[in-house]
Amino acid sequence: MSDLAIIDYAMGNLRSVANALRHVAPAGDRVIVTSDPEAVLAADRVVFPGQGAARDCMHELRTHGLEDAVREAARTKPFLGVCMGMQVLLDQSEENGGIPCLGIYPGAVRYFGATPHDPHTGARLKVPHMGWNGVEQTRAHPLWDGIDSGARFYFVHSYYVAPEADALVAGVTDYAVRYCSALARDNVFAIQCHPEKSAAAGLRLLANFMRWDGQA
Amino acid sequence: MSLAVRIIPCLDVDAGRVVKGVRFVDIRDAGDPVEVARRYYEQGADEITFLDITASSDERATMAHVVEAVAAQVFIPLTVGGGVRSIDDIRRLLNAGADKVGINTAAVSRPEFVGEAAARFGNQCIVVAIDAKRVSAAGEAPRWDVFTHGGRRATGIDALEWAERMAGYGAGELLVTSMDRDGTREGFDLELMQAMNAAVNVPLIASGGVGTLEHLAAGVLEGGADAVLAASIFHFGQHTVGEAKAYLAARGIEVRD
Repeated sequence: MSDLAIIDYAMGNLRSVANALRHVAPAGDRVIVTSDPEAVLAADRVVFPGQGAARDCMHELRTHGLEDAVREAARTKPFLGVCMGMQVLLDQSEENGGIPCLGIYPGAVRYFGATPHDPHTGARLKVPHMGWNGVEQTRAHPLWDGIDSGARFYFVHSYYVAPEADALVAGVTDYAVRYCSALARDNVFAIQCHPEKSAAAGLRLLANFMRWDGQA
Repeated sequence: MSLAVRIIPCLDVDAGRVVKGVRFVDIRDAGDPVEVARRYYEQGADEITFLDITASSDERATMAHVVEAVAAQVFIPLTVGGGVRSIDDIRRLLNAGADKVGINTAAVSRPEFVGEAAARFGNQCIVVAIDAKRVSAAGEAPRWDVFTHGGRRATGIDALEWAERMAGYGAGELLVTSMDRDGTREGFDLELMQAMNAAVNVPLIASGGVGTLEHLAAGVLEGGADAVLAASIFHFGQHTVGEAKAYLAARGIEVRD
């Protein structure tokens, strides 16, 4: 029996994340949605979601006094960053004219551009990158268990992470560029798409997270 | 692998039931929204859209309950449109489990509302629904105007200029419905979709007029739609979502298995 905390810092809809995690949670596990740093620190595992803009996201984290709790959780317990909750783990984002982020991992968050093109076909690509795209697994990880490399997940974003260290990359997706759509290090796994909205593949990833001991 | 074209079954909901009309009249009952949504999820729908076609505020609460029940068992994006007029309306729907909201009439009444909503909740959850009707005479270059109130009220606004403006305000995608085709089963207005595609670079959902699987393919291959929305071909057992995907795949269109 364990407690999972979804960090609520007023950035987007956490109902979907909570619904999906409760759907796959082992019997007896609790899924709580909280903005209390103490509850985050007391939880056995933490999900750090997020939607919207980087500036608002960093601002709300600080307003809610959650920045230290996020750092501590990312250092010590199974930690899943989702979408904006992945992006703010990097040094800075190009969004909103340049926003310093948590800097847990060296690297930047970059814009696709207003009218990117597919490098192979030359076709114009829409922004945001919205819909079901493949995630190619670049290495084995407990969170990929039972999920095919290349399985499609639901994405919606206009910025993507570019970590400095290739060793962080756990999955890549092609959209204008081949970018890091999943990263992993020690007890942290972070993913750009929305597993809570990605049908069977997404539910499997969340179920894997609920059982993960945090060892890569 | 590249981004898959999305197939989006659309549920028009009236007083807690799925209904479907032809040109917004002649309504037929098509079932319980939770059951219908679950069936499409199991068939492989990429997203589900609910349009709340009721006007009374009591029934807005019914819609929120429907969304809550669906969101607890359907794990794909859910969009809810119809009667979204305030930041509070959006918050209520998102809290009930919607991932995106569709804004139509309220955007026409006060376009800045779209900008405020996108700033507050993020572009990703703001879909602007554009009901467009041809206003050009036969033989003229095609022009479309925006209509509101379920297609009953003309605004005199050019639909393409409107699309650009809405994308500029931060709409994450546009749901483009042809009022001329909606419910007719004659296929999408492909010229409308092409013109929209030339006007903006946000994802476009084609809507209005699907009667066959070929219409879905044409919406993508000729209309350039990023997603295709349909109601009656799915509701009354003519096709499953799986059949639609198999058909599109056979036409060389990328779909999610």
